[in-house]
Amino acid sequence: MDNLFNALNNFFLIALPYIALFVFVIGSIWRYRSNGFKFSSLSSQFLEGRQLFWGSVPFHMGILFLFFGHLIAFLIPSGVLAWNAHPARLIVLEVTAFIFAIALLIGLVNLLYRRITNPRIAIVTSKMDYAIIVLLLVQVFNGIWVAYNFRWGSSWFSSVLSPYLWSIFALQPDTSAVASLPWVVKSHIVAAYLIVLLIPFSRLVHFLVPPIDYIWRPYQRVIWYWNKKEIRKAHTPWSLKRPKNN
Amino acid sequence: MDVRSQISMVFHLDKCIGCHTCSVACKNIWTDRKGVEYQWWNNVETKPGTGYPTKWEDQDIYKGGWEKNNGTINLKGAGKKKGLLNIFHNPHLPVIDDYYEPFTYKYLDLIESPEMDDQPTARPVSLITGKPIDIKMGPNWDDDLSGTPDFARKDPNLQDLSPAEQEAMFQLERMAFFYLPRICNHCLNPACVASCPSGAIYKRGEDGIVLINQQVCRAWRMCVTACPYKKSYYNWHTGKSEKCILCYPRLEAGHAPACMHSCVGRIRYLGVVLYDADQIENAASADESKVVDSQLDMLLDPFDPKVIQAAKENGVPDSTIKAAQQSPTYKFVKEWGLALPLHPEFRTLPMLFYVPPLLPVMASLGKQNTSQAEKMDPIAKVWNDDWLYDTSTEDLWGTIDQARFPLKYMANLFAAGDEEKVKIVLKKLMAVRIHRRNVTVGDIAPEKVEAALKGADLEAEVAEEIYKLTSLAKFDQRFVIPPAHREQALEMLEFTGDTKGSTGFGFKEKPERGL
Repeated sequence: MDNLFNALNNFFLIALPYIALFVFVIGSIWRYRSNGFKFSSLSSQFLEGRQLFWGSVPFHMGILFLFFGHLIAFLIPSGVLAWNAHPARLIVLEVTAFIFAIALLIGLVNLLYRRITNPRIAIVTSKMDYAIIVLLLVQVFNGIWVAYNFRWGSSWFSSVLSPYLWSIFALQPDTSAVASLPWVVKSHIVAAYLIVLLIPFSRLVHFLVPPIDYIWRPYQRVIWYWNKKEIRKAHTPWSLKRPKNN
Repeated sequence: MDVRSQISMVFHLDKCIGCHTCSVACKNIWTDRKGVEYQWWNNVETKPGTGYPTKWEDQDIYKGGWEKNNGTINLKGAGKKKGLLNIFHNPHLPVIDDYYEPFTYKYLDLIESPEMDDQPTARPVSLITGKPIDIKMGPNWDDDLSGTPDFARKDPNLQDLSPAEQEAMFQLERMAFFYLPRICNHCLNPACVASCPSGAIYKRGEDGIVLINQQVCRAWRMCVTACPYKKSYYNWHTGKSEKCILCYPRLEAGHAPACMHSCVGRIRYLGVVLYDADQIENAASADESKVVDSQLDMLLDPFDPKVIQAAKENGVPDSTIKAAQQSPTYKFVKEWGLALPLHPEFRTLPMLFYVPPLLPVMASLGKQNTSQAEKMDPIAKVWNDDWLYDTSTEDLWGTIDQARFPLKYMANLFAAGDEEKVKIVLKKLMAVRIHRRNVTVGDIAPEKVEAALKGADLEAEVAEEIYKLTSLAKFDQRFVIPPAHREQALEMLEFTGDTKGSTGFGFKEKPERGL
């Protein structure tokens, strides 16, 4: 029994993260380079706009806050612990995160309901869309459960999970602390790996291409087949490349 | 001076018969695919009317174009702040019902129906869900329906007209309308380009065609909101926006765009204009009273040696400069001052120009002739044309001033509300007619003709030229575009037939929806 337990632990907590990360990185790059046409957020607002507001906005707000919350706790655990040193600040953080989690849950439920009930949206929904939405729903529900029943997650995440995640990235996986966590928490970790694994095969790829450069790029864009000034210089004909616009 | 060339079209609205051949030619080539059934890159609207999508001109609803605040211009419904804040849900995005739900009919039911007491019918089904629908809207649903309460009276261009003027427009026996064909304006200050968060939309430097890179578009859908003409469309199947490409694969090969080539009334003229790109910002942010003038001031004289030199320094090919010198667009817009941009107040500097229609203006004398109107049979409403279509030249410009089609309406469409601008054009059009009447029939006093030409600021020779290009022009005079240079257009090396039914010419795969 212990052997089976260890094997499962090793698979889900050591093998799976490497598989997931490998597939995520290679798969995303491959998909971006080989098939840019299928890189899209696949917005369905054009077919239905009102219900979407109550799904998409709370969902995105919630998931962005929680994603960056987890990321910060992973990257700078000491900072989170220092913040949590004062109980009032800990409670502010936990309550805020909890509210965002509830928003995320409400958003997801609305999105799923909209996809199922609106015939136009059902037409543009793939099996992968359902798979992702259900997986996220399970993950969020699980997370809320953990946050409620195993209090002050921001603190124990920083002290228990961050070292484990660092050990993964350091290629020296150490599951000693994580292996003894309750199965609900472990399933949250496993589901997270599954989500990462599925990113290149789903519409989630759109979070890899946020339009950040829009903030600083000039409003107007003019593209020339050739640089009209460069083409006239003697040394350029062999080195000038056609702009990548198509 | 940063001289660039732009391919620019002129529509002579007096010649448009509203046959929709352009729309169908365009549809058959570019939008006969899933997800774009509802898109009409070229559509023809009846004016006054609400258009497609419904009331597209009303930017209080759609928030398209630029608005001027404190001297600078900003996108009305998109832009860096608004666009990124609303990226999860764009509050101003039109939905498909603002256009129409695409449909087909179950034609096979007519053939395969078992024998019954009743005739079988072909029920309409949605092209999105495949389920039976009640058709509520189509791309030209208000065709020829001027005067109707649901369509013509809801035209956003009527807002500045007094209730009395509006009523006068829609009295059944005085009612008039004209057709307005619309494609992408390939603007110099395109709101769609500025609104695209992923930078997928760009203007081609060589010919000014505005295109959407299908590989980079991520369906942030801000261009649909930002374009005040609603000419950037969202493909609901592939999750990419698409728009009129001015048939660039045809243009590069020296062929006219499909809409132009198929035009039955020969209303379209396509030519090159040279413009000064340094003036774009100033022209786009000019005062509302000056938007038309400052836009037209950007267009440069292709015969001016300084312009030619600057153009050459900028890499504009000689063939393009030559085309600009023979450009019918330049003649209509600058030389003769006959064509005006559509809704210049949106500040996108649209590069299509319209010759406003004279016919609905000419066709009435308004209140002056009440004595004759009284002769009408009140019940049968039968009248002879003598009083209605007065073609006498007794009072030279009286018909323009007392038009049953208020100038204000035309001015709202083509001159940001400036009636004088439209009036100048209409006077010229009328003077050309009077001149030609004198030449062909000769029943007008020479002084009258002289006065007409003088009043419209035209020479007889120029009037003759206008007449020739308007009425007699052969295809080569209406379409003056140099084919692309091979060194500039590598796309020419690809066989375009390979990509029929797919999304473009840069890559060859079926436009399937992403995972």
